[in-house]
Amino acid sequence: MNRIEIAFQNKPIFMPYFPLGYPDLETSIDVIEVLANNGADLIEVGLSFSDPLADGPVIQKATQVALEHGITIRKSLTAIAELRKRGVTIPLILMGYFNPMLAYGLEKFVKDAREAGVDGFIIPDLPLEEAAEFQALVGDMPLIQMLAPTSPNERMETIARNARGFIYLVSVTGVTGARTSISEGLADLIARVREHTSVPVCVGFGIGTPEQAKEVGEMADGVIVGTACVRTIGGSENPVETAKEFAKSFKDEMAN
Amino acid sequence: MSTLLPPKFGPYGGQFVPETLMPALIELEKAFVDAQKDKGFRKEFEGLLASFVGRPTPLTYAKRLSEQLGGAQIYLKREDLAHTGAHKINNALGQALLVKRMGKKRVVAETGAGQHGVASATAAALLGLECVVYMGSVDITRQEPNVFRMKLLGAEVRPVESGTKTLKDAINEAIRDWVTNVGDTHYLLGSALGPHPYPTIVREFQSVIGIEAREQMLRDVGRLPDTVIACVGGGSNAIGVFSGFVDDEHVELVGVEAGGAGIETGRHAARFGDAAGARVGVIHGTRTYVLQDEDGQIAETHSVSAGLDYAAVGPEHAMMRDSERAFYTSATDTEALSAFQMLCHTEGIIPALESSHAVAEVIKRAPKMRKDQVILVNLSGRGDKDLNTVITELGQNL
Repeated sequence: MNRIEIAFQNKPIFMPYFPLGYPDLETSIDVIEVLANNGADLIEVGLSFSDPLADGPVIQKATQVALEHGITIRKSLTAIAELRKRGVTIPLILMGYFNPMLAYGLEKFVKDAREAGVDGFIIPDLPLEEAAEFQALVGDMPLIQMLAPTSPNERMETIARNARGFIYLVSVTGVTGARTSISEGLADLIARVREHTSVPVCVGFGIGTPEQAKEVGEMADGVIVGTACVRTIGGSENPVETAKEFAKSFKDEMAN
Repeated sequence: MSTLLPPKFGPYGGQFVPETLMPALIELEKAFVDAQKDKGFRKEFEGLLASFVGRPTPLTYAKRLSEQLGGAQIYLKREDLAHTGAHKINNALGQALLVKRMGKKRVVAETGAGQHGVASATAAALLGLECVVYMGSVDITRQEPNVFRMKLLGAEVRPVESGTKTLKDAINEAIRDWVTNVGDTHYLLGSALGPHPYPTIVREFQSVIGIEAREQMLRDVGRLPDTVIACVGGGSNAIGVFSGFVDDEHVELVGVEAGGAGIETGRHAARFGDAAGARVGVIHGTRTYVLQDEDGQIAETHSVSAGLDYAAVGPEHAMMRDSERAFYTSATDTEALSAFQMLCHTEGIIPALESSHAVAEVIKRAPKMRKDQVILVNLSGRGDKDLNTVITELGQNL
């Protein structure tokens, strides 16, 4: 069993997102370590890009700060290796836009990511139509496919049937960012996806509180929390301590 | 999943967008393909181009400019005389008609120089659509008259404060709005850029420039031009005029990028002109030449003309450059400003600063050509919107 399969043995799982380099590189490594040690079952580790067109203001700002502090893919992969050295064993999935990966060199990127201890990739601007080139390089490391409320049935079927690792189901149309309420049609949407696949279905976009995470966790196999995680931890005076409380509060509520 | 039309131009183009938008692109492609086959749609579009835009736009012989340069005979395709003052209206109307066909009620658009924003606001007003235009706050300052025009036409202009606060950031925000409101909203993209099918749709709606220009050359001059010159930001006016001559293999096609303060300074928008700064990459849904740093972060660009101030070039231009069907060069801010003045003085035409880049290339080439040779320049827009910039740049010399 690989690290992703192990993580999904106790569902639903808690999957926070945090960008490397924010508020600075050292702190972000500590934050990710603390999240992993306090309840995160899988972490989406953010790679920064100058033009994050699928992200709302909070993640835009955080990744902008990371870039201003000089974050690069090379430094991000070194940080992943450092996290593995510190004994982090949960799956670490890289989430980033395609252009910096192209600039790094796709083959080298995948090879270096594997050596650093990365378990998979989420690339929001690489839909099924454009995935083949990258897919051919990743071997057993999954390129996580995204599905959206707008995906028609036939398309959902094609994507879900070929999905590996897990499916990232975008719960609402829009950019990343916490919403005040959970989309009403979510249960139906998850059911539609499950018809076509046996891989875990995880829900992201708009989940901001432990209560919402619990609610979504009753329907889905995993709950992705990005913006709320970045805002709460990044905006605090002691990000590492806040990360601990943040992870615990979500994990405890979801286990309730 | 396969597309109805080819999604790529050689290795360029494609659909690098979030999954949420893929169904909208598929719907748009289908609506476009259906519309192209529908005589009623074509008739409505062509009718509006005639009765509302004022097409065909004239072909003007630039007699005094030709004499002053002492070489080739120069003809201007007068897109500056199209309603709203630039070629942008051709595409805006075409897409707005597609919006009606798809049953959507709202359009979002990005704008750099403001010309596409004005064209979108105009098409939306004409067809009764709600219109929101995203514009970088830097561009809002340098293209103020166009901001007022958009507002007068009933559009909401939303300033963009993120990133470099110019065209690329306006596109990011327009895409973010689109992804949020995709159910009732169409993204009225203004250049031959972005994910498939946009580069194809924009070229088709702008191809009227090339079709008219070719007919006018044959009818009025009795021959095709030796050289066709157009400025290239995203590249919609260039692809529009080039498309009329692309099959005439002996007609040389020349695109002019923004050389800004000079390629060597790094402050420019010459995607093809800077071997060190531009590589093939992916931005705003398309794979093409992109100005970026070594880590793949999109570079800040500079040009005196907001409409050319963008880090990527349309994917079809990338293909035409590789195949050497078209040749690309650049003009600096200084060369463009000097061309701007020369056209004002010799022909009584105030060109847009974007179009002035094409004129700058004419000034370099015409004297080296024979008097029996012919250059066609696409004068993509008029310069009224640029008066503030020109006054600032030329100051006492004006």
